[in-house]
Amino acid sequence: MSVSIDLQQPGTPAVDIPESSRMIELRDISKSFGPVKANSGIDLIVERGKIHGIVGENGAGKSTLMSILYGFYSADRGSIEINGKKKNIKNPQDAIAAGIGMVHQHFMLVAPFSVLDNIILGEEKNFILKKTRENARAKINALAEEYEMQVDLDAITGELSVGLQQRVEILKALYREADLLILDEPTGVLTPSEADHLFRILDMLREQGKTIIIITHKLREIMAITDTVSIMRRGKMSPSIWTKDTNPKDLATLMVGRDVVLKVEKKKAKPEGEVLRVENLNVTNALGVQKLKNLSFTIRAGEVLGVAGVAGNGQTELLEILAGMMPAGSGQVLYFDEPLDISKRAKPDQRRKRGIGHIPEDRHRRGLVKPFKTWENTAFGYHNFPRYSKKYGFADQKFMREDATDKMERFDIRPRNINLPAANFSGGNQQKIVCAREIDQAPKLILIGQPTRGVDIGAIEFIHKEIIRMRDEGAAVLLISVELDEILSLSDRVIVLLDGAIVGEREADKTNVNDLGLLMAGIEEKEASNG
Amino acid sequence: MDKQAEGENGMIDFLYFFINPALLKSTLVLSTPILFACLAGLFSERAGIVDIGLEGKLLLAAFGSAAFAAYTGNAWLGMFMGVFVSILFSMLHGFSAITLHGNQLISGVAVNFLAVGLTGFLGKAWFHQGGNTPALSGNSRFTAIDLPFAESIGKIPFIGAFYEDVLSGNAIWVYVALLCVPLTAFIVYKTRFGLRLLAVGEEPSAVDTAGISVPKLRYKALLISGILVGLGGVYLSNGMLAGFGPKMSAERGYMALAALIFAKWRPWQSLWSCMLFGYFAAFAIRYGSYDFPVIGRVPSQFMDALPYILTIIVLGGFIGKAIAPKAVGEPYSKEH
Repeated sequence: MSVSIDLQQPGTPAVDIPESSRMIELRDISKSFGPVKANSGIDLIVERGKIHGIVGENGAGKSTLMSILYGFYSADRGSIEINGKKKNIKNPQDAIAAGIGMVHQHFMLVAPFSVLDNIILGEEKNFILKKTRENARAKINALAEEYEMQVDLDAITGELSVGLQQRVEILKALYREADLLILDEPTGVLTPSEADHLFRILDMLREQGKTIIIITHKLREIMAITDTVSIMRRGKMSPSIWTKDTNPKDLATLMVGRDVVLKVEKKKAKPEGEVLRVENLNVTNALGVQKLKNLSFTIRAGEVLGVAGVAGNGQTELLEILAGMMPAGSGQVLYFDEPLDISKRAKPDQRRKRGIGHIPEDRHRRGLVKPFKTWENTAFGYHNFPRYSKKYGFADQKFMREDATDKMERFDIRPRNINLPAANFSGGNQQKIVCAREIDQAPKLILIGQPTRGVDIGAIEFIHKEIIRMRDEGAAVLLISVELDEILSLSDRVIVLLDGAIVGEREADKTNVNDLGLLMAGIEEKEASNG
Repeated sequence: MDKQAEGENGMIDFLYFFINPALLKSTLVLSTPILFACLAGLFSERAGIVDIGLEGKLLLAAFGSAAFAAYTGNAWLGMFMGVFVSILFSMLHGFSAITLHGNQLISGVAVNFLAVGLTGFLGKAWFHQGGNTPALSGNSRFTAIDLPFAESIGKIPFIGAFYEDVLSGNAIWVYVALLCVPLTAFIVYKTRFGLRLLAVGEEPSAVDTAGISVPKLRYKALLISGILVGLGGVYLSNGMLAGFGPKMSAERGYMALAALIFAKWRPWQSLWSCMLFGYFAAFAIRYGSYDFPVIGRVPSQFMDALPYILTIIVLGGFIGKAIAPKAVGEPYSKEH
């Protein structure tokens, strides 16, 4: 099925907002970066005191649109009306004056500053700070009280958790008396409980009459919190619809322009011989904290073992030890019954030679060399392998390019340009580059960390299918993810990590989000150990 | 005299060798141009602009002020010319680094090259004294100032002697430099401008989204930086010495950067680290041809190298870890 962005699903009426209650009205906004049309002819009306969601894949132009509204970029064309008055927003100062506050995806905070200083930055009334700081302290404390957003004003911002830093950003906007709050991918970096708390805060802000625009590609959040929603695809915006009249499946379809299988279709696994056996793995970090505690598990050929847990409970250490990037403290790892080197002499390329692939958690730092071209990135790590080498150890660049062209075709990596630096691709396409490289070597064991973090729905679907395909071809798969849906839909077995220890193991088809959530939170440990 | 008293005397002599009025006074004198340059570097690096051109600006300002003072016969006019030249080159560096998003090291090095070439060339062309400017004297020279009550306070032991023999009797720029330290600390930590300055060197995007212009703020920082390093140059050729000589900045601009790192980009610590550099330089001059007990005479070349050795030690990171302002050296543009 092909869906045009201009069409609505049958039975979903467009939102009609009377002029008097329009908080914001965008007309015909367009913006190009060179040849790329980031926004073309966008109309959007948001009702005062409501939460509006904008969904869309990575690179659909959502962030660009919001940056225009916040005066960070100037539009090539179009008009902005706020409370029925036409505004010319040339820079963030104009936006702030017009009552717009924005919480950026990457926080705009000065890490070594105190929370107080971060909030007042740019809004200091007097040349000498003393008075401003005193007044601000009282005002912020009142705000924090009103919206249940307590935060230590004297804490160093960079030392706070991501959730608290986000709270500082919201306080910053409220301190500037924003009536319209824009949140760009606010939950991407939050734990589930932090996200829940954020939603409670947003709810409260709405009750106080604030208008909120939330940008996300997580459909569940749209359904949970918004009043109205519109979809962006390739720089264009759909008309707004009432959230209660739609459902995640329809939204997903509109987002990518075709049907998306949210549930991964897979046959029952037929696991065979044991590929990996981990025994009593321990590791302690430089600060003396034990990050892995006596970890033992096995993975067989043709099965996916999911590792669930809140981020920071030892997943990174486990992945890096198995990939040969970090030494273990003690324990043993057997790969096809032969020991793997887990000392500090371990080398990742030795792992690759023995058929262990690795899709790292952090594709920017570990998975790609961002300024390098795609054809180089699709070979890195394997570039010393005979297939990429000519005589006398010279690199076979011609083959590398052909190989990259082929991979881009098969993994549908866009734009199809092997000479483009990896940095210039969207998150989803970058991840596909990493996947294409690792999966294409047909590893016998593949270690996968957060395969779809910051990746759009279309690419998620593709990557999920690839993981299942590898499993069906007999690979052993270790899947680490903080997304429970992902763990549940891909895994055959699930282990749950808490504080570096396995607190429970489940068959994937005999558990659910609630059950795993309780294990992850460390609740009802007794039941977990019985299970 | 019993043995104990003799020992005490020996101890006092030993201390006197390292801490005596003449040595401390020349420490103060020698550290002043470094301190000016160091505070200049503090403003520019805290704003996110690396300024390796401090060295060149010291030299340019020294030349400008000495030449103009000699020409007009007025030390103050010379001072204004020196500072003006320094600001001019600061803005040039800023135009390349801020407006054109150029590489800051390269434009800094360019300033240094230009400084050596320009001052040498113009000096020879204008004054025909092998690059030197005419010796400054009378109204064209900044002379030493006696601090009030120096003589009467001088009668108090230690502190009084320090006041009379070390602090008093310097050119005005020594006192200006010392006053600039608390002033810098106040501006950086207690004012709106300071808060924004620190922010723009750490996280320019946070400043931009708060509705403040990043380029304007950085130009302002470079303006202050230009004034400060300019005063350092003025003192070098007119105060510390009485006339300009080729390459007279003698890498003090680089020492200032080392001192700045040593001070971890903080004002008061900058004072102490510049004093340390000044002390080494003073020590080298005072004991350049001195017969040390046990080791005998140390080659004067080695003594002269002391401040430079200290620079290497500091820059080599032997003294703790110094974390630079996060955004230092990176041009800022919104289109990421």
